[in-house]
Amino acid sequence: MNSAPHPVLRSGILLGLIALLGTALLAGVNALTHERILEQEKRRMLQQLNAVMPVASYNNDLLEDRIEIRDETFFHHPATVTVYRARMDDQPVAVLMLVTAADGYNGDIRLLVAVDNTGAVLGVRVVSHRETPGLGDPIEIEKSNWILGFTNKSLLDPDSNGWAVKRDGGEFDQFTGATITPRAVVKTVHNTLLYFKANQKSLFESVSGKADQDEY
Amino acid sequence: MNTKQFKQILTDGAWRQNTGLVVLLGLCPLLAVTNTLVNGLALGLATLLTLMVSNLSVSALRGLLKPEIRIPAFVLIIASVVTVIELLMNAYFYDLFRTLGIFIPLIVTNCAIIGRAEAFASRHSPLPSLLDGFATGLGFCITLVLLGALRELTGRGTLFTGAHTLLGDWGHNLVVTVIPEHPGFLLAMLPPGAFFGLALLIAARNAWQARITSGSVNALIPDANET
Repeated sequence: MNSAPHPVLRSGILLGLIALLGTALLAGVNALTHERILEQEKRRMLQQLNAVMPVASYNNDLLEDRIEIRDETFFHHPATVTVYRARMDDQPVAVLMLVTAADGYNGDIRLLVAVDNTGAVLGVRVVSHRETPGLGDPIEIEKSNWILGFTNKSLLDPDSNGWAVKRDGGEFDQFTGATITPRAVVKTVHNTLLYFKANQKSLFESVSGKADQDEY
Repeated sequence: MNTKQFKQILTDGAWRQNTGLVVLLGLCPLLAVTNTLVNGLALGLATLLTLMVSNLSVSALRGLLKPEIRIPAFVLIIASVVTVIELLMNAYFYDLFRTLGIFIPLIVTNCAIIGRAEAFASRHSPLPSLLDGFATGLGFCITLVLLGALRELTGRGTLFTGAHTLLGDWGHNLVVTVIPEHPGFLLAMLPPGAFFGLALLIAARNAWQARITSGSVNALIPDANET
């Protein structure tokens, strides 16, 4: 019994110790950076929201005043839609909705659509996409002004036939070599407006969702 | 470690056995992120740091590591180091972290890192191992920067696009438009451009190497035998 531990046991213990050391290191660094990472995510989200929603036009905590919705008649995508509610002195001003277009050329296109209280678009931005660089990516504000074409549009202007790309008889430009991408974006913005019209009142009334506190 | 060894390790890592151009390891991140100079530089620096820390840790533990457990131990060490770097980047270089995305955690799978741990750090003392990590990382980083610059220049006619993600807001001033009104050359920006660019860089390196060793074509062969 006074022999050294079996070599396999010795190796096992050593590996376990290395794993423990690594885990301790990670736990430490995680504790140090966790707050800051959350802050960075918040800052970026707020930056994106403020790009379509001027800071002066609301005075509530936009990031906290939000709900998660799911409505399969308007949004043909399993992901929930996050809705941020902008208010001025508790009066509804606008909603900012994070919606997903499922029918892009290459996977999901995440859009931020801001709709004011009258049902007009304040602005649309692409949050993430995987469309072909050079063909589908003019939907990004960094690449072209196309996405600004939605500003001030509503369900009345244009009418529902106009909410399509020009090739489909609508009002919105397509890009050279890419129709599918703008078509998906136009359709999703249109659906967002339709959803807003149908649910405007309840959107502002429901209590802020507290699920997923860490995600913005 | 004398000066001769020092020079030997440095030139081996950065030039004679350059990870990207000679040994051809770690090609996945090399080809994927090098659409701009800044992206290449950022991933290069992260890899450089990983190589130095992992080489140092492996070397420090080399007396304890029995051959049969060395590979899992290397993987544990490398994965921990990379995750620490990932967390730090996420906290302090958030925009850059988002640009590089999945390729930061994927540094773990860069064979060059485990390769250096196995081939060098597990057999040498900490100081030379640290230097080897630095030299290998430097060689890889330079390759990434060159390929990134080449692709950015031909693809969009600029250099240092996105420098603000690395350096903060004043990085915007660094962006150089080399070719004004560049129409955009999609091929260079897409993955095929990375292969063409890498091929050009390898050819250039080989030509240069051949020139150093008195211009004979045979001079290209010994390099391959050494690896």
